[in-house]
This record gives sequence, structure tokens and C-alpha cells, in this order.
Amino acid sequence: MHHTARTLSIVLLALVGHASASAAVAQVAVAANFAEPIKAIAAVLEKTTGHTLRVTLGATGKLYAQIKNGAPFDALLAADSKTPEILAGEGHGVPGSRFTYATGKLVLWSAQAGRVDTQGAVLKSPGLGKVAYAAPKVAPYGAAAVEAMQKLGLTAALAPKLVQGESIGQTFSFAFTGNADVGFVALSQVLEGGRLKSGSMWVVPQHLYSPIRQDAVLLQRGAQNEAARALIQLLKSPNTQDLIRSYGYSI
Amino acid sequence: MRPGQAGLAAFWPAHSVLPNTMLLTASDLQAIGLTLKVATLTTVILALIGVPLAWWLARTRSWLKAPLTVLVALPIVLPPSVLGFYLLVAMGPNGPVGQWTQALGIGLLPFSFSGLVVASVFYSLPFMVQPVHNAMEAMGTRPMEVAASLRASPFDTFFSVVLPLCRPGLVTGAIMSFAHTVGEFGVVLMVGGNIPGVTRVVSVQIYDHVEAMEYGDAHRLAAVMLGFSFVCLLALHLYNNRHRRATP
Repeated sequence: MHHTARTLSIVLLALVGHASASAAVAQVAVAANFAEPIKAIAAVLEKTTGHTLRVTLGATGKLYAQIKNGAPFDALLAADSKTPEILAGEGHGVPGSRFTYATGKLVLWSAQAGRVDTQGAVLKSPGLGKVAYAAPKVAPYGAAAVEAMQKLGLTAALAPKLVQGESIGQTFSFAFTGNADVGFVALSQVLEGGRLKSGSMWVVPQHLYSPIRQDAVLLQRGAQNEAARALIQLLKSPNTQDLIRSYGYSI
Repeated sequence: MRPGQAGLAAFWPAHSVLPNTMLLTASDLQAIGLTLKVATLTTVILALIGVPLAWWLARTRSWLKAPLTVLVALPIVLPPSVLGFYLLVAMGPNGPVGQWTQALGIGLLPFSFSGLVVASVFYSLPFMVQPVHNAMEAMGTRPMEVAASLRASPFDTFFSVVLPLCRPGLVTGAIMSFAHTVGEFGVVLMVGGNIPGVTRVVSVQIYDHVEAMEYGDAHRLAAVMLGFSFVCLLALHLYNNRHRRATP
């Protein structure tokens, strides 16, 4: 027993020592639409530098509220450009660290193949069931969906069918389980290797909503964090940008 | 956050003589109305399902007693995310409940008022069944034997003897089911879809206020919830005390 405890503590000490010597850990707040790419990017970061990311996913507005209230994040990958700008203005962001890591696209998606046509006419069909979108107050993709519905002149017609997800992640799950007939989600959620994973989609034309410019910012807490700084570097590298594009973003 | 609504300053404005409820927005009042509707309906349905179930559990010698007692208690220990996830999948178009409701022409339950009530019934089931079950077991078999010797039918015995004797358990079950349904949050968040007037209950409304940093609005509504829960539990406490003194 005594022996085991001592061995264990030596192993633990070795691990801790190893971590502090060569690799750092960063807590990163990431907009839910970037859930898939950040997994791949974290794996690349770990392989090339040994640094580890601890990712917290959520709606951008919620992550902002958490950061403002002292949440221990080293960097934020937002789904808009406004939030990082406000954080920088309030002194939470490291000056000059803001940049656009991706520009997102909004899609109308259904888990059912053939449900969504390439013109989005399904939104006007009488048999349309529930329409999922993300909470516009906190989720930029939700705000984009509201804008698109307005420009299409369908706000009133769709109002009784709308259901709201807490983030674009929950919105996707509503559509994925079929409980919502269609959902306004991020292109990155339904693409894999540049192709539609399943179901059917309509890529909402860009003129129907303001560009979703997704900015990243290094936060004050992460100013000296090696892992967070390495992540920012990695996001700017051409290879990573190609990877991000493969999920349907433009840069 | 809207200007002038921050924190405690907005809580009791010095210049205002309006009652506190006047400070709630129309959508807050709508959420309160909806919450009371869900909780009332859930409590009524639980009384209809839970009391017979408790009676059966108290009387049976079937091997099913143990697994069923455990099943009823599960919502107390399971996280709402587990319950919410299973309900979302089961009530979805490919789930067993969803296929059944679609065949009946009801459509799908998630994001609907009925779906919310169904979820609440599962979630609050132990809060009705357990107190009633305990009261029925504590009563023992003696009152029923006496009633039978007086030639009362089992049906008559249940309504004229069992239910009156178990009244404290029934009252506790009803108040706890109601209060617990009002306090429901996680399950609603997962199967509700946050629709004003349909599934946006008070707890979700508060969460939305907090997430959007409308702390003044969150404060007011949270205070209403705190007051309500306190009054509920106080009423239950006073009732139980009086009852204990009345029947030593």
C-alpha cells in the first residue's frame, strides 16, 4: 500500500514536471460552430508542439458573459467580430491580437435526404414542420438566420414554427434528431472533407445575411500562455487555413 | 443589460410605489402563467397515475415491486441531461414514442406544451409516488381488515379509508410535485426549444436573462421564484406540524 502510494506520487510528479517543462495547457473558449475544426486543430497542435488545448464550446454571447465574469479562458474563438472587439475595448483582450480565422456560412439543413431543395423553397411549403435556429441574442448564426428570414419576407410566416437552440450546437441536435424538420445551422456542422455528411441542405445566399466574420482574440489571462500563443500562430498558418476551408469556411 | 436596470438598484427603486409584479415584463408574466399551467396539469396527471401506482407498490408482493420502485426513484438521481436526451430521442420521429404519437395523429411532442407536460410527469414522478407510498405503508393493513369486516368493498375502502388516512402523504406529494415542476430547468432546456408562451417557463426565462446579461430582469424573476419556493415549503412544513399535533 505504502509502496503503491509512493510509486504513484513519483509518477504524478514526473508527469507534472514533464508538463511544466515542455508543454503548456490553454483553456480556450470556442464558438459552437467551430467544434469539429477545433478538434482537428488541437490534435495538430498537440502533435507538433506538445501543447494541449482544453476547449469549452458555447454560443459566443454566453462565452463573452463568462469571460466578463472572470472565467479562466486564455483565448476566445468567437463566431463574430463584434465580441472580440468589445473584449479588447474592455481590456480583457490582448491589444493587437485580434484577427479573422474564418468566415462562416449559414445553411438550411434537414436530416432527411431530399427534404431541403437547392432554392430553399421548402421554407414556403405548407407541410413544413418545426424550424430550428440558434438564440439570436447570443449566437451570431442565430442572428444571421433572423436576418435571412427577414430578407426573404418570411418572418411572420415562420414565427409559429420556430424553435430556439441555446447554441448552434443544440440547434443542430434538434434538426439531427428530426424533432425539427429543418434548421438554420453552420455549414461546418454538416460538411466533412468538403462534402455533405448526410441529409439535405440549402446554402443560404450571402446577400441574405451579413458576413459571419469569425475573429479570435488572445485574452489577458493567456498573454503569456505558450499553448494559447501557439494556437494563434497555428490558426494563421496556410495549412491550417486549408483545413478550416475544408469545413466550408472561407478566410 | 439595459441602462438603469443593473443590480439591486433596480430591485427596489426608491421612487416607485408600484407592487413588485408591475416591474416584470409582459414576457416574464407570460412565462409565469405558462409555468403555473404546466405545474398544475402535471400535478393533476401525477395524482391520477401516481396514487394508484403508490397503492400497488404498497400492497404487492410481486417481484416487479423492487425494479419499479427503483425506476420511479431514478429521476431524482439522473441528471436532467440524461432524461432530456432520452426524451428527445424517444419522442423524435424515429423514436418509439414519436412513431406512436405520429400514428395517433398528435404529431411530435418535443417543442410542444404537451411534450413539456409529459417530460414533467416523468421528472416529478418520484415526488408524488414516494410520499404517498410511504404514507400507505405506514398505515399498515389493519384499517383495511376492519373495513373488510364491516363489509366495505375494496373500492369503497380505498376512497373512504385509505385516501383520508393517507392525506398528509397526498398533500406532501401534490405540493412537492407542483413545486418541483415549477423548478424544472434542465429537461425543459433540452426538449423545450424555448418558445415563448409554449415552452419558455420561468427557469428558462431567467437563464436567458442571465445569458444575455440582463441581470436586472434576472434579479426580479429570480426573486419571484425564491419567494414562491419558500412559501410552498413553509406551507408544507406548517401543514405537517399541525397534522402531527392533531393526530398524536
